[in-house]
This record gives sequence, structure tokens and C-alpha cells, in this order.
Amino acid sequence: MSVLFDILLTASFWAAAVRIASPLIFATMGELICERAGVLNLGIEGIMVIGAFSGWMAVYLGMGLWGGVAVAMLAGMLFGLLHATLTVPFGLSQHVVGLGVTLLATSTSYFAYRLILPEVTSPPKIEPFQALEIPYLADIPLLGPALFAQTPLTYAAFAVVGLTALTLYRTPLGLAIRAAGESPQAVAAQGLSVTGLRMGAVIVGSGLMAVGGSFLTLSAFSSFFFEMVNGRGWICIALVVFGAWKPGKAMLGALLFAGFDALQIRLQQTPIGQIVPYQVFLMAPYILSILALILMSRRAQVPAALMVPFNKGER
Amino acid sequence: MRLEPIANPGLARSLGFPALALAATVLVASLLAALAGANPLLTLGLVIKGAAGSKFALLETLNRATPLIFTGLAIAVAFRAKLWNIGAEAQLYGGAIVTVVLGTSALSGMGGFALPVVALAAMVAGALILLGPVMLKTRFGVDEVVTTLLFNFIMLLLVSYLLEGPMKDPMGMGWPKSAPLDKALRLPRIATGLRLHWGFGLALIAAGVVWFVQTRTTLGYEMRAVGLNSQAARFAGIPVNLVLVKTALLSGGLAALAGFSEVAGLKGHLSLDLSPGFGYTGIIVAMLALLHPLGVVVTAIFVAGIFVGADSMSRAAGVPTYIADMLLATALLLMVLAIGLTKFRVVRG
Repeated sequence: MSVLFDILLTASFWAAAVRIASPLIFATMGELICERAGVLNLGIEGIMVIGAFSGWMAVYLGMGLWGGVAVAMLAGMLFGLLHATLTVPFGLSQHVVGLGVTLLATSTSYFAYRLILPEVTSPPKIEPFQALEIPYLADIPLLGPALFAQTPLTYAAFAVVGLTALTLYRTPLGLAIRAAGESPQAVAAQGLSVTGLRMGAVIVGSGLMAVGGSFLTLSAFSSFFFEMVNGRGWICIALVVFGAWKPGKAMLGALLFAGFDALQIRLQQTPIGQIVPYQVFLMAPYILSILALILMSRRAQVPAALMVPFNKGER
Repeated sequence: MRLEPIANPGLARSLGFPALALAATVLVASLLAALAGANPLLTLGLVIKGAAGSKFALLETLNRATPLIFTGLAIAVAFRAKLWNIGAEAQLYGGAIVTVVLGTSALSGMGGFALPVVALAAMVAGALILLGPVMLKTRFGVDEVVTTLLFNFIMLLLVSYLLEGPMKDPMGMGWPKSAPLDKALRLPRIATGLRLHWGFGLALIAAGVVWFVQTRTTLGYEMRAVGLNSQAARFAGIPVNLVLVKTALLSGGLAALAGFSEVAGLKGHLSLDLSPGFGYTGIIVAMLALLHPLGVVVTAIFVAGIFVGADSMSRAAGVPTYIADMLLATALLLMVLAIGLTKFRVVRG
């Protein structure tokens, strides 16, 4: 037990948890917006890859770090547009289109990587975002470094949660988006365009997923590696369910999840790691996601029209 | 803009759009090749030559197609019942593990007679791996897309653990791979001198069996009914959950055969690179075949040809081999759109 307390009482553990949570928060908010409007976006995994790749490549080719974030967001929105066009006006299977978008975005990243850097064995490094310490607050013991000495993208992630919650629950636009996912007929009866709302949500949501991906290359690591997203997108889909489609709860889920992830990395270095094979620790995040899905399944408030295509004039 | 269903799409429509989709894919391929600084026509020629230009190339393509037929069938069976099995990769490795465990055990004393036992055991393993997520779906309503996807990662880590621990080859010079199968338990070549093993034959038989089940049995009818409208199926007295469980057992078993055939037919041992994503590519294979089991055989050979051809083209023309994955993803999306357009017409208003 003391091993556990030793870890929990270090500031670096809490800082790592918040850092690990940041890309998940961006992508989870993106997926949540899509699903609230009624579209399941399985393109998330590939969109995170293209975000990680394009943001990094833009910076490598000479753009600023924020320029890289913008490029990643645009790339994500482009694939979001593709997903939205096929699933919303054409009403095609959201499962198949989503997986297709993931495959396309992933292979596009890899193809472009090899095209631009044909002969490299190890990917070049960029100068990533540095931690931005907020004076005085960063000196709070234990939680100061976790909350007030992170890179700017982490602060942005928390701002996005607030902005998402505010938009969804406090603006007419948010009401319309939520209604498009609950009862699209009612939205159409108000004279609003369900197609427009859903497409917009998928495009914006995909942009956020890509920014989450770019966190990996622009904040966490300084290079792009194949398979670096490693299932994070799928975990975010589980986090949306775990958060019962609510931004605040989903954020807490991401933090909790990241906490476990940071814990397992540290447990590997302890005597426990000598006995238990490291693969068991690496499995933990995926198993936790499945457990979270089972736990929440009974109480989940699924948007009623999730995965139901809307066709005007049809009931 | 809205969609209007077409009651009876004509032949021109139901063949024209898929043909257009394929033509558009070739166009995208040419653009990508040009982008990489290669001559598009020459590149296409190199791909075809690499995939089918010689006896060796053709056999390589068929060898590569074998696991794709199995995973393609697994996906086709599941998707037909709207069971979203994205975990064929995990089921494949499940089959491969069982094949190695039994294939290096005392069972090898039985010689070739043990092969069917090993194949069956592998199928059971794959079926059980998919059964978990499906039970979660039928019991708790947990979406199987996410759970089957997450199982892929868990399974790969399990294989990694087994290969570094209990199943590590003591003669493996430190490489994470399993001990080789007993010679008696290797799938024989179809003809001496040909580099094609009986896994391919087994894949063709499997396609025939799946076709028979889907078109000539009650189970096949029930699976289609559940896929078309599960509420209506339930209303008609079809035990929907039971049908889903049966579908899962069949689908998981088929995907596991891919692992069995790769280990017993091609590699002879288990390693972490046994499958370069055969489980995911199976989705493309199944969709391009419009979920038809016999079509899966054709599209699997086609898709395998693109991969094998792109590998050899890449070495010659310097176009990144990932062009194959991009093409197949494009083909998948365009084909889904084409199928949609055969059923619906886009009208203004």
C-alpha cells in the first residue's frame, strides 16, 4: 500500500495525469459534440493520427507551434467534412464510413510522411510547446504543477470543455444541436436544417479530435511515430459513454482514466513491476475502458437519434 | 436535398455506380502516383506486374489473399446481421495462439490427423473471444464496436506477453517468437513445388459453407432478418439475441481460421507481426464484396493483389507502399456511397 501512497504523494504523478488527459479531453469533446448531434464518428482514431502528423509536419516545415495546431485542426475538419457528407445527407452507415475515414486518414498520414521524408529512419524532432507556469499558483504543493505548470494546449483543453458545455446548454445553437440528436423531426419542424446542424457538429468535432492528436506531437512528444495514437481514439468513444454524453463528466472520466494510466506507468518501476509482466500494466487502460462501458451501460442517456439518419419528409 | 428510395433499381444503376466507384479509385491512384513523382500508367503497370506478372507473383497474391478470405468472411457474416465485429484481429491471434499451443504439444504425435482438431480448437478460441463483447451487447447493451476494437489491443499485448514469457522459443535467439510447429502439423502445399498451402483450399471451402448457411438454411435467413430490422425480426418470433450469439460464434471462428492458416500453413510459428492488420483489411474485403461470401473470395484476391503489387512497385518506382492502404480506404468509402446511390436517388427540395 505504501508504494501506492508514495506515488500519489508526488507532484509529478498529478502533473502526468493532467498531461495524459489533455489529448483525450480534446478528442472526447469532439466525439461528444458529434454524438450529441446524432452522429457516431468512428473516424476519431484516424483523425487523431492526421492531427498528430499534420501539426508536427507544419511545424517541421517552418510554421509556428500555433500554426501547427491550426493546420491540424483544418486537416481534421477536412476529414470531418468527408465523414459528414457521407453520413448526413447521404445517410450511409456511420460504422462503415467512420472506419473508412480512420483508414483513409491514417494511411494518408503515413503516405505523406514517407513522401516528404523518404529516407529517414528516425523521425526528426521539433521544438515542442514549453510549460507555461502561472506565477504563485504553480507553487501550490502537489496540485500546483499539475494545474498551473502545463503547456498552453492543456489549458486550452480545459477551456474547450467549458466552451462546449456553455454552447451546448446555454445557447440556442446548443439546444438545436442537442435536439438534432434527440428528435430531428422537431428541429426540422422549427424550420432549422438538421443536415446543416449535424454536418457542422461533425466538422467542428473532428477539428477538436485532430487538435487532440496534435497535442501528442506538439506538446507531449516532439516527433511523429507510426501507431503513436495507439487506440486513444477508441478510448475517447468509451469516455463519451462513461461521461453520459455530458462535457463535465466526460472530462472527469478522462482525468480519472489518465490518472490510472499515470499510475500504471509508475507502478511498473516499483517492486510490483518486477512480479507482474509489463503487458498487464499496458492492458489496464483498455480493460478499464471496457469496465467503464459496462458500469455506465445501465444508466446511460444515449441521444435518442444517435446513428439514425434523418431524411426530410420521412417519418 | 433529400433522398428518395428507388423501388427497383435497374441493372445500369446497380452496376453503374459500383463501376464508377472503381474508376474513381483508379483515378485517385493515378493522382497519388503523380504526386509521388512517378508516371501513373507505369506505376499501375508495375502494380499489376507485381501482383500477377509471374507464377511466383500470383502465388504470393493467393497466399496473401488466404487470411483475407477468412477475415473477410468473418466480417461479412457479422455485418450481414448488423453485428459490428471490428475485432477480427483479436480473434485471428486467438486462433494462432491455440494453433501454436496444440501444435507444439503431445498432440503432434497423432500426425496430420490432429490438424482438424487443431483447426476446430482455434475456431472455438476465436468464437469465445467474440462471444464476450456480444454477451455484453445482448445483456448490458454495450456497443460492440468499441469493445471489439479494444479487445484487439488487449489481445496483441497478451501475445506479446506470451512470446516473451511462457511461449518463448528457447532456440529463438532472443527474438519474440514461439517455438515452431511440429512438421507433421504443418498444412501441406497444394501441389509440390508450388508455394501455396492448403489454407487457401480451406478458405475456399469456408466461403462455400458460409454461402450455403446464408442462402440455404434457417439460420442464414434469421441472420439477414436481424440485420435488416431487428425489431421486426423480434416481432416475427425470431430469437434475436440467440441469432446474434450464433452469428458471433461463426464470425469469430472464421477469423480464428485466418490465424490457424497463417501459423500452420505459412509461417510455422507465432510472432507479433503475424498479421499486418488482416482483421481490419477484412472489413474492406467484405464491404467491396457487398457482404457476399463468394464475392469475398474475389475481392480478397483483388485486395491482396494490390498489397503485393504495391510492395513490388514501391521498390521499383519509389512510391510509398502506403498508397495501397490509401487506395483501399478510398475504394471502401466510394463503394459504400455507390451502394447507397443504387438504393436512393438524390432529389432537390
